[in-house]
Amino acid sequence: MKRELLKFLLFAVLILVAPLAFKGGYLLNVLVFVGINTMLAVALNLLLGYAGQISLGHAGFFGIGAYLSGVLTATCGWNPWLAMPFAALAVGILAGLIGFPILKLKGHYLAMATLGLGIIIYIVFNETVDLTGGPSGLSGIPNFAVGSLVFDSDIKNYYLVWTFTLAVVLFSVNLAGSRVGRALRAVHDSEVAARVMGVNVRLLKVQVFALSAVICSLAGSLYAHTMTFISPVSFGFNFSVELLTMVVIGGLGSVYGSFLGAALLTLLPELLRGAQDYDIVIYGGLLMVMVMFVPGGLVRGIPDLFRRMARLREDAGNA
Amino acid sequence: MKVREFLCKKRKTMQFEQILQYTFSGLSTGAIYALIGIGFSIIFTATGIINFAQGEFVMLGGMLTLFFLEVLKLPLWAAIPSAVAVSALAGLLFERLAIRPLRQPTPLNLVIVTIAGSILIRGLAMLLWGKDTHAIPPFTGDEPISIAGATILPQHIWILAITLLIIAVNKFFFYHTISGKAMRACSYNRRAAGLVGIDVHRMVLFSFVISSVLGSLAGIIVAPLTMTAYDVGIMLGLKGFCAAIIGGMSSGMATVVGGLILGVLESLGAGLISSGYKDAIAFIILLLILFIRPQGLFGKAESERV
Amino acid sequence: MLEVSGITRVFGGVTALEDVSFTIRQGAITGVIGPNGAGKTTLFNIITGIYSRTSGRVLLEDRDITGLPPERLAHLGMVRTFQNIELFGTMSVLENVMVGLHTKSSSGLLACSLKMPWSIAEERCIRKTATKWLEFTGIGELAGDTAGNLSFGKGRLLEIARALAVEPRIILMDEPAAGLNSQETLGLAHLIGKIRQMGVTVVLVEHDMELVMDVCDRIVVLNLGKKLAEGTPREIQENREVIAAYLGDE
Repeated sequence: MKRELLKFLLFAVLILVAPLAFKGGYLLNVLVFVGINTMLAVALNLLLGYAGQISLGHAGFFGIGAYLSGVLTATCGWNPWLAMPFAALAVGILAGLIGFPILKLKGHYLAMATLGLGIIIYIVFNETVDLTGGPSGLSGIPNFAVGSLVFDSDIKNYYLVWTFTLAVVLFSVNLAGSRVGRALRAVHDSEVAARVMGVNVRLLKVQVFALSAVICSLAGSLYAHTMTFISPVSFGFNFSVELLTMVVIGGLGSVYGSFLGAALLTLLPELLRGAQDYDIVIYGGLLMVMVMFVPGGLVRGIPDLFRRMARLREDAGNA
Repeated sequence: MKVREFLCKKRKTMQFEQILQYTFSGLSTGAIYALIGIGFSIIFTATGIINFAQGEFVMLGGMLTLFFLEVLKLPLWAAIPSAVAVSALAGLLFERLAIRPLRQPTPLNLVIVTIAGSILIRGLAMLLWGKDTHAIPPFTGDEPISIAGATILPQHIWILAITLLIIAVNKFFFYHTISGKAMRACSYNRRAAGLVGIDVHRMVLFSFVISSVLGSLAGIIVAPLTMTAYDVGIMLGLKGFCAAIIGGMSSGMATVVGGLILGVLESLGAGLISSGYKDAIAFIILLLILFIRPQGLFGKAESERV
Repeated sequence: MLEVSGITRVFGGVTALEDVSFTIRQGAITGVIGPNGAGKTTLFNIITGIYSRTSGRVLLEDRDITGLPPERLAHLGMVRTFQNIELFGTMSVLENVMVGLHTKSSSGLLACSLKMPWSIAEERCIRKTATKWLEFTGIGELAGDTAGNLSFGKGRLLEIARALAVEPRIILMDEPAAGLNSQETLGLAHLIGKIRQMGVTVVLVEHDMELVMDVCDRIVVLNLGKKLAEGTPREIQENREVIAAYLGDE
């Protein structure tokens, strides 16, 4: 209990002081995206890592959040602070409704169905040109503002986004260690036994699916109001796969692992500047290597590696 | 009055011709979906895996044919078998290097590893051949043929003929050869098949090779119509999966019919409703089938478990 | 307590159970026995809502529970264990039992994530009760171990502890002695006695005749999907039809 809180405080402090290291540099902008992606990866991890249910359509929920926020503020003139919860509510209801039939499916079928859902959403973004601007995107989305404080610089957005991200991280850590989190992991390990213990598996899956979608929607709103411009490519199938990669690389069922995965995959393209065409190959390669050799993800793989190295050193010392 | 009637009638025949036209082109794309779908179901019945990389073999078929034609200057009759052979090799390597060594073959890990494989293959294709869209010349010219007011291209006939041929060969293989029968035995009961001396691992390998052959052939025959590029595999693969789902993941006629239904619906939808939503049609059908009849359009419901 | 009447189950043309009826008395230990393929496990799966039946009814304290899903049955006080042990393998031993207390607690998704005071108090209570059940089954010292690493015998005890945490009025055990050595089987017999003393009705499907004859008050014998006999262990031991079914017709 106490250890979890301590871990979180350490993480929070680290995040809060991080900008001091990059005074207004370009990297700060990237760190804003690390925040948004962490939120998304944590959301997907709740579903995938804890409940064991895959989704290849989460980019769609992210997109709906972003577009609802964008359209309501840029076109209808709403306040962003009002648009964000409205979008989250709408996405929650949508995910709850679609969750009942879709989560009846298992394994490969669930993967394909969520993928299909994501693609349908993506097509709608592209085709409802009057509303979303279609493939050329939607611009002129206002920034968040509190009184006269407008969140229009990287540093302001950094703290804004990470406030939400830290809240989501804390929320998820609490959930994971609770009665509901246990029930989720129980469903993952043995669905039939969980049911015999009185866990309403169907309802629980739908709840987590909706919660996960709502977090994605919040991340979408943050994305729209910090970027001020959105277009469908950010919310396609490829991004769903990228989210999956973040979660798997970081470690299924680990909230901080999702942060690691999100940070790595967000920073990677920056490190690979000039070799941009290689990023798709590197994603594929990374994902494959991780699943094949480090199925526990970085959070379990790195300590494992250290342990193994220590053992090797011991053996060498003994010899 | 008479003029209006005439116009009305004319509009009707116009519509009929249009519908016929859409149906023809729908049938030929449907045949492609059917081939890809059979590839999905062969692997699925042999292993329980849904191979997300299936579409990439379709892409490989088209792109490799192009490579053999343009770069190595082979004639078409030599380029096609070479492309199929290389795709088959890719399918074999994929099974040996990615699927078989998997330490924890849970459904989740299998989904992830096949997705990873598909990204990797797509990425390598992009590095090798670039991001441009290419066309393969049609097999026998592009002189349109007129049938009952609708026109079709010779390539459409090629597609339908080759698909029929492949389906016949497929059927022969699975029902009249030792290897085919062994593969079917594996799909019914892997353990029992293993006990009677069938090398189950080899059959899994076979299933990947066969479905990559089918996928690449589909990619080759469709390329002259729709062009090809490094990223055509995603959509074609998903549509093929949709065909297989309509057919209840069977490797026989049900999937063929599934593919044809999908092709025609898509083509009619694009022509009569909106071309922008064409791709959405397949996925809406996919979701509906999965929600309402997960056993496929023609399958019988399994004995229910609560 | 539990009344099974006219249960029939057909699997694609094969009749696995045909018109099986019997009544289980409150507070008794009842054994369901029969040769392989008699339909014991199928019957269990139907009573506990895992399979559906073709026809027939199941009543729990005069309430029709036919076809109710397992999660509803848990709330009504019926719980079961599995022949091949279904533990939550990646979770700790204590956490396994804590899941058993799911029906005894009520904090929802939001209350848990926001750590509301009542959910913290409830969590503390869950932990305490779970520890109690581990000690009851004699595996209290294993609380921190990963459930997937337990030996088969210990795993069985954990499964029973987890089932008891639901505070059932009736517990159905599917071959609890399968895979246990004689020492462990003895311990199990003792544990089953303790469970009955708490007033919980026990139903066993079991192959181990010695255990069944030892602990059961009543026995129901199934053969080829039909009820062959019902009675006290002594009556069953002397029943010619039962002996014939076990030894084969001669």
